[in-house]
Amino acid sequence: MIWIFDSIILIFLVVTAIISLQVKDLLSASMIFGVYSFLMCLLWAGMAAVDVAFTEAAVGAGVSAVFLIATVFRTSRRSSD
Amino acid sequence: MELFEAISTKINYWVYIVIMMIGLFAMISKNNLIKKLIGMSIFQTAIILFYVSIGVKEGATIPILYHDQVHAAHGDHGEADTSHGEHGAVESHEADIHINPDDFTNPLVHVLMLTAIVVGVSTLGVGLAITQKLHREFGSIEEHEILEIIKSGK
Repeated sequence: MIWIFDSIILIFLVVTAIISLQVKDLLSASMIFGVYSFLMCLLWAGMAAVDVAFTEAAVGAGVSAVFLIATVFRTSRRSSD
Repeated sequence: MELFEAISTKINYWVYIVIMMIGLFAMISKNNLIKKLIGMSIFQTAIILFYVSIGVKEGATIPILYHDQVHAAHGDHGEADTSHGEHGAVESHEADIHINPDDFTNPLVHVLMLTAIVVGVSTLGVGLAITQKLHREFGSIEEHEILEIIKSGK
């Protein structure tokens, strides 16, 4: 029954990717991108790639989101598209 | 039914194509520089998803040996034994412990993709640093506004 788990995560992955690119507020976009990275990490843990999964959890969901949020606070928060 | 079979058994590859095209679309059509960089990250993660999907085997576990397997393989005849695995299985003389490569996922793609994740974060960091520099210079992170300022001769 692992494929049901995988399919649900894959659907949420596409949804979060689209939302993070459509939302006008850049802080929300950064947070939803963190959610996307964490879902990708869960998917890789399910595919038995544990080393890739915890690297993605630390580096993708952690450091990337922090970099994006820091840049948003140092520049402007509104986006035109 | 055949179509459902073709989609459900290779669903990772279908979703990989969809996510990669979402990222490519964002890189080309979005005006905001941070949105472009988020699109670039999504593109990179989609490619990593493709490569990790290649290494998956049905019914295989994570590529880590148990303690007793390691202990048997590194026994007195450990180094000599590993060269005799004709049927893809490594046998030990002392105990009949079999290490079948079909039981483990392929760790080669995992190692390659670890490097790709680190490279992806580095490119994202450099891109965000350039974005901050542009905002200090032009007061905007929208591509069309920056092009307008450059064209008007500042």
